Amino acid sequence: MLALLNDYTIQTVAMGAALLGISSGVLGCFAVLRRQSLLGDTLSHAALPGVCLGFLFAGSREIGSILVGALLTGAAAALIVLLLTRTSRLKTDAALGIALSVSFALGVVLLTYIQGSGNASQGGLDSFLFGQAAAILRSDLWIMGGIAGAALILVALLWKEFKLVSFDPGFAVSLGLPVVALEIAMTTMVALAVVVGLQMVGVVLMTAMIIAPAVAARQWTRSLGGMVVLSAVFGTLAGVVGAVVSATARGLATGPLIVLAVSAIVLVSLLFAPERGLAWAALQRWRNRRGLEGRQVLATLHAMATLHGDRRYPVELGALDAFHGTATRATLSRLEARGLIRPVRHEPETTPHWELTQDGLAEARRLDHEIGGGML
Amino acid sequence: MLESFFASIPTMIILTGALVGCASTLVGTFLVLRGNSMLSDAISHSIIFGIVIVWMITGVASGPVQIIGAALTGVLTVFLTELLFSTRRVKYDAAIGLVFPALFSVGVLLLNVYARDVHIDQHTVLLGEIGFIWLDTVTLLGYDIPQALVSMALVTVVNLLFVTLLYKELKITTFDPGLAAALGFAPAILFYALLFLTSATAVAAFDAVGAVLFVAFVIVPPAAAYLLTDRLWLMLVYGAAISVASSLCGYVLAVAWNVSIGGMMAVMTGVFLMLALLFGPRYGIIARAHRRSTERQSNDLRTVAIHLYSHENTAGQDEENVARALVSHLGWSDGHAQGVIAEGITRDMILRQGNLLLLTQKGRAEARAILEPWRQG
Repeated sequence: MLALLNDYTIQTVAMGAALLGISSGVLGCFAVLRRQSLLGDTLSHAALPGVCLGFLFAGSREIGSILVGALLTGAAAALIVLLLTRTSRLKTDAALGIALSVSFALGVVLLTYIQGSGNASQGGLDSFLFGQAAAILRSDLWIMGGIAGAALILVALLWKEFKLVSFDPGFAVSLGLPVVALEIAMTTMVALAVVVGLQMVGVVLMTAMIIAPAVAARQWTRSLGGMVVLSAVFGTLAGVVGAVVSATARGLATGPLIVLAVSAIVLVSLLFAPERGLAWAALQRWRNRRGLEGRQVLATLHAMATLHGDRRYPVELGALDAFHGTATRATLSRLEARGLIRPVRHEPETTPHWELTQDGLAEARRLDHEIGGGML
Repeated sequence: MLESFFASIPTMIILTGALVGCASTLVGTFLVLRGNSMLSDAISHSIIFGIVIVWMITGVASGPVQIIGAALTGVLTVFLTELLFSTRRVKYDAAIGLVFPALFSVGVLLLNVYARDVHIDQHTVLLGEIGFIWLDTVTLLGYDIPQALVSMALVTVVNLLFVTLLYKELKITTFDPGLAAALGFAPAILFYALLFLTSATAVAAFDAVGAVLFVAFVIVPPAAAYLLTDRLWLMLVYGAAISVASSLCGYVLAVAWNVSIGGMMAVMTGVFLMLALLFGPRYGIIARAHRRSTERQSNDLRTVAIHLYSHENTAGQDEENVARALVSHLGWSDGHAQGVIAEGITRDMILRQGNLLLLTQKGRAEARAILEPWRQG
């Protein structure tokens, strides 16, 4: 394990994964909050033609120009989405789909053009499709880190404005904030996040890294600050796990591994996050139902006792089952354990009977009072 | 004759591309109109998972079993997305973006693990190999026909039957889901049937164009057709026509530039969309700009007519009914005022008499129709 951590490649890969996790985690939060999750999908697919153009421009797999190319085509795709939704009758979903598929097709055409031109150094270009952590160089980290750092500084500087535009754009306009410019800045940041993760996750799956950490983080906290920090942590965790597994196991693409790791985090968060967790909600529902059953049975016993003018009127199990239309045995046992009722024999019958205790009577009266009016 | 038709590789490729486009357009039209276009993106990615799973269970890599089996994954994707959304913890777009990458990832990893045994590699998954469809042929009625073409033809026929037989139902469910539910058309079942066919089309088209390019064929031709017409059936026809044209042009250009055929076909759908966006007869950018300028012009003419009419035969006539007054009173630029006057003279609404501008009979009628509409019989 220690040897693994000392491995040069593994270190590089883990650092790259951390950069990916932090940038996409932080920047993705705003996209998810602004309901622009699928814009991330479009921007990541649209990075492919940019990767190819950057390659053609530099003539080699030079990371700087490739990332600039990806950023530019991402921005162009975002502009096309804007153009289509503003000037035509197409809705946002169609505009996103059009920009996504056509720009990816353009990327495919350029990719085959590069392959056809027989450039010897084009071998590494495929890794941008699904990501290949092992192909990352130490020098690439500086560029990725620079982009991620710049994006994070931008977020820190414009924190208040971004927060306002994300949650209440109408109010932001009324305050005189340059909302359009801020929205463009936030969209650009999604493109930046895509660019940072490109080598790691690839164009096809980058969308998951924008959406998933933010969704997972949202389950644990109500504050934007907490969400952004948690999202970065989740993104980093998934990135490092996926990248290290991919770099050590031969032949497994990095992108899918990272996405599976982050999907697992989302699943756990959805189920077990305090307050919003689905598991807790289900548990609460189950408890409520059980509590309600207890009250209902207690109320029935009380009603029978009142009807017969006898606090200790014994009610038969079968009668309770029939009245409630369900088996009440377990509920009765729970009430008995709480000391509210006790089992009695009612000679000559042999079936089990139950009566209220002193406590049970008090509890039933209290409940009766609580719901405002008697059963009868 | 038929022999040479089926032996011609270019014809087979173009035909397959056109069928991919037509089959996708038939289902895509309704997805675009419903606002669910991005579901096709989710479906096309996650069928990879289905294709690999069905291959692992049955050992079949193509044919009806594969199509139906893998298509179920597409439906599963949508089902899981809706389930995730129904917990109210995640918004709908985020739910889409969470489910399909996970399924797609599992599919790709399984491909990595079984890479040596499966006929598909990562590349095909995304890009397709429409140029190589003739490598995998079946013999039908004595002709060697590409397997992909046969599957696509079958799926196209099924989609066509679905759309024609349930045309009225689809139309109502798409445009007024509430009414459809009230009439007992089970919009949910119809929706899932549509998604099942979308998935089946994606699986059948998978060998030819791969997962992502398929999205272009589903969304772009219907979207382009939507910019050209308001009629549903015309939208289907235009969409199919655009698909066929894209397939043809895409093939020619791809061969000329030696690039991916499927990719070029998909790019061509985008080109046709841009053409529709610019030159559409009613919703096109140029048509709308033209309409706007025409309306502004006739509005200006009306303004001038009213201005002249209200000062006609009054004391201020010599001062008001001259070109300079249009500039100083209406706030128009010199050139604009001159242009409007010239247009008014051309249309026989205004006469020039020295400096004075006079209304013709027609111009006066125009002004009266606006100012005193009750005088008109």
